[in-house]
Amino acid sequence: MGYDCVVCIKQVPDTARITGEAMKEDGTVNRAALPAIFNPEDLNALEAALHVRDRHGGTVTAMTMGPLNACEVLRDCLFRGADRTIIINDRRAAASDTLATSYILSRAIRTLPRYDLVFCGRQAIDGDTAQVGPQLAEKLGIAQVTYFERFVELDGRTARVRRNVGNGWEVVEARLPLLLTVLGSANTPRPPSARRVMRYKRARTEPEVGKEVAEAMPKASEQKREEEWARRLEALKMNGLVMDQWDLDHVEADLQWCGWAGSPTKVHRVQSIVLTKEGYTEIPPTEEGVHQLIHELIVDRTLG
Amino acid sequence: MIEPNRKGEVWVFAEQEDQTLNEVSLELCGKARALADQLGVKMAAVLPGCNVRELSYRLIAHGADYVYYLHDPQLESYRTLPYARVLCRLISKHKPQIVIYGATAIGRDLAPRVASQMRAGLTADCTDLQIGDFDDTRSKTLHKNLLLQIRPAFGGNIIATIVNPDRWPQMATVREGVMAMKPGDPRRSGEIIEEKVEFDDFDLAVRLIERHREPRQVNLKGARTIVAGGGGVGSKENFRLIHELAGVIGGAVGASRAAVDSGYIGKEHQVGQTGTTVRPALYIACGISGAVQHRAGMEESAKIIAINTDREAPIFAVAHYGIVGDLNKVIPIMIKAIRARA
Ligand SMILES: Cc1cc2nc3c(=O)[nH]c(=O)nc-3n(C[C@H](O)[C@H](O)[C@H](O)COP(=O)(O)OP(=O)(O)OC[C@H]3O[C@@H](n4cnc5c(N)ncnc54)[C@H](O)[C@@H]3O)c2cc1C
Repeated sequence: MGYDCVVCIKQVPDTARITGEAMKEDGTVNRAALPAIFNPEDLNALEAALHVRDRHGGTVTAMTMGPLNACEVLRDCLFRGADRTIIINDRRAAASDTLATSYILSRAIRTLPRYDLVFCGRQAIDGDTAQVGPQLAEKLGIAQVTYFERFVELDGRTARVRRNVGNGWEVVEARLPLLLTVLGSANTPRPPSARRVMRYKRARTEPEVGKEVAEAMPKASEQKREEEWARRLEALKMNGLVMDQWDLDHVEADLQWCGWAGSPTKVHRVQSIVLTKEGYTEIPPTEEGVHQLIHELIVDRTLG
Repeated sequence: MIEPNRKGEVWVFAEQEDQTLNEVSLELCGKARALADQLGVKMAAVLPGCNVRELSYRLIAHGADYVYYLHDPQLESYRTLPYARVLCRLISKHKPQIVIYGATAIGRDLAPRVASQMRAGLTADCTDLQIGDFDDTRSKTLHKNLLLQIRPAFGGNIIATIVNPDRWPQMATVREGVMAMKPGDPRRSGEIIEEKVEFDDFDLAVRLIERHREPRQVNLKGARTIVAGGGGVGSKENFRLIHELAGVIGGAVGASRAAVDSGYIGKEHQVGQTGTTVRPALYIACGISGAVQHRAGMEESAKIIAINTDREAPIFAVAHYGIVGDLNKVIPIMIKAIRARA
């Protein structure tokens, strides 16, 4: 028994930190000045999956698609309790919109020997689109339950789920496999465990090890580096610390549905908004100024 | 996916719950009507439900030439799979060029599922929809009269225009209140076309066991005055100031996403691109920087007062009255001034 769970994670820029320092002259954001974080509701998705495994047995696999930097959030998943991580990292996946992204994730999930539950955060804070979860469910050919709050019952092949639809709630019953999109209000994510941090902080994907070797031995010959790379990988493998890195070939993705070509939506143009600073009446922050303003608003019937 | 079809209709997904239309659907009918007129095509609403034929007349009054009505007990309460089946079948059959959904809990569950099944594009939370051309430099093709899906983009004061050049229908979601509701014309005529869609076992695999609705408690859209607090309020306790000021002027309480994310107040109060769009007679923005996503939801207010310590804050660019100062000092003065008048 037990449930094999997959959690889809995204690393996002911390949109809450777009403060003065992160803004450029032209009013756009200096992305480099923004920290990259674990998308908040994906932490709730991870927690929901860990909870199922801890209670009923099974496994938790955390998966992301993105640049190698996103391995940071996968390590965080290991620290918090995930059993396995997979990053889909491929240049040809760049510029994927939500549809192409969900196609690629679906290919990766289909590569797994078995899955019962797929958890996604409801939405990612850099776009708030909430589209990848439902699109991924459709690509996998399974049912979706969005706005997950908790399992009312999880019994063999059926689940009863309570979902919060904003102006109320519902309980729905569905057969597994099932995809759930998890709300921030669903649970409180557990923190990383100190023991697991000690154990997994050295976990790496193969290309990360390659990068580290190149940085550590900038002057060494190609062959020396290869040897060092193989040596380090072997050591990691013995300790179960190699994180999976897959490309589009590994997941047998049809390139016509990936990346720029596979994305039906295209950015036509991006415009910066020029804000004109004139045009408002400045009111001094004093008793007199504010009284005068209130008087004006009452006279013109905006107030009262 | 359907091929681009220049004669295709402009569609609105007509959302109803408990036999009541969601207002956003009527707002979208007004916009869809305008887009259809510009393209010289018909505008239609898709209305799935059980015994809701009557609702068609309101959709027609708000601009629909046709209402595709589906009556089926399986469609009584919204469920993803049968509703998605309906939309996909009808899209494949009638080949509309545009389909717009309200960005509600239902629309945001349904639209991506349909988009994935149709392999079509979808843009969430558009703040404007227009018709225009797209010159694709990559494939050297000029696409005429596409749906321009306009929304603030992540990354500061920028607005992105998104298009779906060839994998149609062109689909978008729009939040409630973004498109101003136009008055309906009960004399308009339109046709109700009854459709039938068969469901298979998979479509009906998710069962609704229990359902509970609460009346809406926050009515931002209908408020004549709104006092909104942002990250500058600093704490949940301090948000009391915003409630107090709203209390004395008889207004509703709004908030920026920063205030909501920090837990100062509930998500129902969020104003902006991914919250509610409001057009009150008076909007008082306290400790709100005025990011483009926030402005998208309030800049059409008749009068805007901004209170902010930072003279450079973008909120001042949309304000009619600006108070450069600490909200902790200014708001109490304001409360006193209003009390003195009353
Ligand atoms: C996809 C997406 C969707 C979004 N949707 C929305 C949305 O719907 N609505 C929304 O609001 N935002 C939205 N945002 C977030 C938006 O980009 C901003 O991050 C947010 O609006 C900032 O809120 P704020 O101005 O209250 O906070 P901050 O950026 O923290 O600004 C606080 C302001 O308060 C001022 N201040 C500080 N102390 C005081 C004081 N004592 N007195 C007076 N002023 C003070 C500061 O000068 C500053 O201007 C979205 C972002 C993304 C990426």
